[in-house]
Amino acid sequence: MIINSEDVDLSLDLFSRRFKNPVMPASGCFSFGREVSMLYDLNLLGAIVVKATTLTERLGNKTPRVAETPSGMLNAIGLQNPGVQRVMEEELPYLRRFDDLPVIVNVAGTAIEDYVEVVKALRDSPDVFAIELNISCPNVKCGGIQFGTDPLVAQEMVRAIKAVASVPVIVKLSPNVTDIVSMALACEEAGADALSLINTVVGMQIDVEKRRPLLANTSGGLSGPAIRPIAVRMVYEVSSRVKVPVIGIGGIMTGRDVVEFMMAGATAVQVGTANFVDPWSCPRIISELAQWCADHGVSRVTDLVGAAKQ
Amino acid sequence: MPKVRVVKQESVGTGLYKMVFESPIDLKEKGFMPGQFLHLRPSESYDLLLRRPLSLCMADVEHNVLTVVYRAQGEGTKRLARLAAGDVVDVLGPLGHGFAAVSGDRRSLLVGGGIGVPPLVELGRYLKKQGQSVISVLGFQNKSQAILLDEFAQIGDMIVMSDDGTIGERGLVTGALTEDVLMDVDRFYSCGPTPMLKAVQATMKVFCVPGFLSLEERMGCGIGICVGCVHEISQKGELKYVKTCKEGPVFPSEEVVFS
Repeated sequence: MIINSEDVDLSLDLFSRRFKNPVMPASGCFSFGREVSMLYDLNLLGAIVVKATTLTERLGNKTPRVAETPSGMLNAIGLQNPGVQRVMEEELPYLRRFDDLPVIVNVAGTAIEDYVEVVKALRDSPDVFAIELNISCPNVKCGGIQFGTDPLVAQEMVRAIKAVASVPVIVKLSPNVTDIVSMALACEEAGADALSLINTVVGMQIDVEKRRPLLANTSGGLSGPAIRPIAVRMVYEVSSRVKVPVIGIGGIMTGRDVVEFMMAGATAVQVGTANFVDPWSCPRIISELAQWCADHGVSRVTDLVGAAKQ
Repeated sequence: MPKVRVVKQESVGTGLYKMVFESPIDLKEKGFMPGQFLHLRPSESYDLLLRRPLSLCMADVEHNVLTVVYRAQGEGTKRLARLAAGDVVDVLGPLGHGFAAVSGDRRSLLVGGGIGVPPLVELGRYLKKQGQSVISVLGFQNKSQAILLDEFAQIGDMIVMSDDGTIGERGLVTGALTEDVLMDVDRFYSCGPTPMLKAVQATMKVFCVPGFLSLEERMGCGIGICVGCVHEISQKGELKYVKTCKEGPVFPSEEVVFS
């Protein structure tokens, strides 16, 4: 069957809303959308996940904060953000000009009470379509990762958030665990509406001339194509066990990579590091995805979900 | 992605290269500032993932071409050094906030160190065109690393320093910043390694000459979305992080905090 890429149906339903395609920029890799909106129309995106937001302003870590690694990069930004009030007042309203762009706000903190306060504050914003719970940031002390490595603690967190949230809650999982499936099941049982995975893999680089860790934070989160096989494996395993939608993240650079994640069981995907290499990555990946489907006679992108398991 | 053709590439010193390529934007229409940078992909593949920021050395508006002068030190810049005329390279920019000339100035001082020297060429030409007189103080490790001297000689007065005395005077650039040299200087502009910028900042503070520093931090995206390249500045007594790629790389010297 020969079809044109324009005729491929890229849409999907998530949380009772129609998304025009499964591609969204990942948190921390797109700021709050302003910069890239100068380059292309953000309405092209399936959705946007904005930078992690905490209760109060965070200045972030000292520099160096980024380092290149083979087919990837390390970062230790440290959740720099202006705090939830200013995010609601100064950042989110800007995105209203894009009439078909669901906004997902990534929420981070250092204690369950902080997360709860941020989510309560976000109830007053008309701009939030869903919340992504960041229980997996490896780069700040008590940066959420302690909630993301113990199933019981994660469960307590998700329950507390679900009790106050007025929008769907996506839980972003860390790969830095022994058994990601048990983490996923714990979050699902506590009421998570979807799971996104993976966050970065903890890594480190030494500046051999200076005989010191290169990053000021000592260690950082590894991202980019280097981690894609880890992410694909985890998406495959988690999506085989949970009923809620899984959003795949990890080194997606091309439309082919989206196909890979969807075949592994992802309903949608997030694109992170690729935005740093090429700010036009997301629209390029969306058209490559349509082209791949056309070339392979796939008329609906949702037909790819879990295809590698059949 | 903006891909352009390389017009010329040549070696200009030990490990140093000068590359001329088409501008990804129409310079006449969109404009540019001296002190901005270009963000180049070293490779089409994803093994060397990130772009390399190289400062804009010269812009030829009439032919719409840009020149960078850089050191091939790591894997990425070594790959860039292999490009030849006719090859295609992926370039973003010019990006960032560059040097701004201040109206009313009559004499400016340029202080450059090593591979921080190139962006001062376009700035010096611009200041000269504004009718200012310019004095350049340039520091290099040694003679084989000395670059762009002809260009600076055409801009105005020039003092060259080197670590080993193989070219110019032996010593650091700050050694050349004497009362005599600074006489009638309204403002300074500096780019170079962080220890040099720190010393220049301190020296110029003593002489009460205001100026601008162009900073270098490890950069990710170059457009302000990764927040990797921040630097600490102090504005109205308040310390904050600003993005070197977006708000910078050039900042008023008195605002820059070196920890």
